[in-house]
Order: sequence, then structure tokens, then C-alpha cells
Amino acid sequence: MSVQELEKIFQDKIDKEVKLEPKDWMPDAYRKTNIRQISQHAHSEIVGMLPEGNWISRAPSLKRKAILLAKVQDEAGHGLYLYSACETLGITREETINDLHSGKAKYSSIFNYPTITWADIGAIGWLVDGAAILNQVMLTRTSYGPYARAMVRICKEESFHQRQGFESLLVLSRGTKEQKEMCQDAINRWWWPSLMMFGPKDSESTNSDQSMKWKIKRKTNDELRQNFVDMIAEQVKILGMTLPDDKLKWNEERRHYDFGEINWEEFWSVVKGNGPCNKQRLEARKKAWEEGEWVREAAAAFAKKRKTSPNPSKGGALAAA
Amino acid sequence: MNILLRKFYYGDIPEDKTGGNIVSKDTKSDWPLWEVFIRSKQGLDHKHAGSLHAADAQMAIENARDVYTRRMEGVSIWVVESKDITASNPEEAGELYEPAVDKVYRHPTFYDLPDEVKHM
Repeated sequence: MSVQELEKIFQDKIDKEVKLEPKDWMPDAYRKTNIRQISQHAHSEIVGMLPEGNWISRAPSLKRKAILLAKVQDEAGHGLYLYSACETLGITREETINDLHSGKAKYSSIFNYPTITWADIGAIGWLVDGAAILNQVMLTRTSYGPYARAMVRICKEESFHQRQGFESLLVLSRGTKEQKEMCQDAINRWWWPSLMMFGPKDSESTNSDQSMKWKIKRKTNDELRQNFVDMIAEQVKILGMTLPDDKLKWNEERRHYDFGEINWEEFWSVVKGNGPCNKQRLEARKKAWEEGEWVREAAAAFAKKRKTSPNPSKGGALAAA
Repeated sequence: MNILLRKFYYGDIPEDKTGGNIVSKDTKSDWPLWEVFIRSKQGLDHKHAGSLHAADAQMAIENARDVYTRRMEGVSIWVVESKDITASNPEEAGELYEPAVDKVYRHPTFYDLPDEVKHM
């Protein structure tokens, strides 16, 4: 079969909402786009553990500490689901991780902002995870099967993340004057970076068009961003707080909230590595990887030793069931 | 030593079709890939949950516990090395499933029965 014919079969499947599975033929560019997107997504989950991990030892109560631990553990799990989905496209785990460490692969810029106060942890859950959920709910219907299945799993767990964040801010918003100020300050700092999470405007995004045709993405950056603004603008009222945008206003005609312009200069500057914590985040990742090297080697050596020693097997899967 | 090889996981496409990634791979301590199957409840089948890397089967089960059953999703776990799974080829799906296509009489709805015969 010619490549043209294969491409036609491929696009027909996509148009008919048939999911692509790893063994199916797919154009190289589709494979590459998925590798790039899924691996970036995976890196974001893993790097995302760093700003939150910063507060595990300083959480204000045992309850909050247990919640935060569970959340950070979830993020590690999410990273793993995604790395596994990425591997089905024919790239090794090690390559993917090397690309992160070399700076070739990106992760969500939001994690290059620092977590200065405890309220930041609540704001991350509510705003950052809230933004991520909108993107991820859309991706449960993405055309590549393993990616879609990973997303279903992630979405099931993500709702806890957003709710715990909002609840944590709710407590602060009903607290002392200082707590209220801390809450508002965190919202002020996280609002704009959260809006940036949806990526460049549709008129400027290079990846959206082809991704829509291939149904990797199903909503544009601007559509998702608008959904997010509409959702948060209502929820912030319950907290009795405000969003730091004087242009934010309900537009009766559009049936959406209007909002101010994002600082795109800041967006690109952080993407390019000049955010407040880019260097620190990558260094933490590399350090963890390098200092874990001996553990990985030791475990491999141990497994090899056990395989070669005459240890009787415990029976097959059926026996184990 | 760095060797170049074409790597196909359980999921990759056949060699003659484009796309297999040629990778430069360092073979020192790569943990193999395992497929994880989970029984969610006593009485139900094990179902494929995902995959992970682990040095050996025991570690694969422990990692699967941490990754796939954090919310009591399972009561039993199977792990099998991905390389030990043989999968059917989607390009041969036509021939493979063809024998079932023209045998509608295998379905109960093929048979028209009088209304008086209830619940059959």
C-alpha cells in the first residue's frame, strides 16, 4: 500500500472517531506530535511535584500534610501513566527523560513560579489543577487510544486535587485578617500564570490546527481559556475574593466573561527558560535522577542475580490468582 | 557502549512501515517494561490497567500497587513482561475475524418466534 493510501485510511479512522492504537499505521508527524505532547504532559506532572513538595514538611496540620502527600503521590502516578502512553509510540523512557534534562522537552511553565506561602498550595489546587482539568477532560476524547485511557484515569483522580485546593482557600478566606490577605495574595499571583497555561492565542499557536484535524486536541486554546475564566469568575465569589483583572466583566451578549490581555512577553520569557524557578526545577530533577542512579543499577543487578540463581518458580499467573 | 537499534515495544508498528524510532540506547541498567492487569473485585476478570518499568516481577507488583491501586481499585494484580506478549496484527484483522462475519445465525435475534413464546 502506498503512503497516500495509508494516510487516507488513517484520516478516515480519525474522522469516524475510531481510536488509533499503537500497532496501527500512523503518519510520522502524528507520532511525533503525540510524543511531544504526551511527554510534555508527563514532565509537567513530575516537575509539578516540586513546588508542592516544598510545603509537605511545613503544612499547617497533620490533615493538610496527609492530603498534600496524597496529592503529590498522585502527580507521580499521573506522570507514570503518561510516560507509559508515550513509550507505546516507540520512544524509550530514558530518552524522554534525557530530553527533559537537556532542556529540549518543555513542561508546563506554571511550575516555574515559586510557592511562597501556604495559600499557594490551595491556589495551585484550585487554579492550576482547575485549568489542567479542562484540558484533560478534553483529552479523554483524544484520538490516540493510550493517551485517552491515561487521561480517563487521571481525570478520575484530579477532581480531588481541585476540591482540596478550593476547600483549603475557603478555610483561609474565613480566617483571620492575615489569612484572608494571604489567600488574596496567592490568587493575585497565580491567576495570570494559570491563564497562560492554555498556551498562545489561537491566532498565534503553531500546534493547534493540525492537532484539531487529527483530533489530538478538540478545543482550541482560546475556547478552553474562556471556559476556565467563566468557571473561576463565579467560584471566586464564594471565596469572597477577587481576581486581579479590572477588565473582568460579564458580557451578556457573548454569554461569557470578558477579560484583560495576558502578558505574552512574560509567557514567552518563562517558556524560554527565564522564569523565576526554571533553573532550580531542572536542577532538582537532574539531581534526583543522578542520585538515584545507584539504586536503579543495584535493583537491576539484584534482579539479574536472582534470575540466574536456581530459585524454584512460584507457579504461573493462574496459580498466583 | 552505545549501540543503535530499532526498538519495538508491544505497541509499535511493523518495521517496513515508517515511524519506528531509531534510538541510541545505553544498555547498562534499563529496567524491563511490564504490563499490569488488575482484578478490581473478587469474582471479576483481571483487566489491563497499564504498564510500568521494574527490575523484577516482585518490584513490578509493588510498583503496580502504588501506581494503580491507590484508591482501592484492586484486590489482585498480575504482571507480565511486555516482551512476552504476542499481539495480533491490526493489518490482518480482516482475514482474522472474517469467519465470524457471515454467521448471523449465531445470534439469538436471528430466530423469529411467535409472541406467545415469552422469555426465550
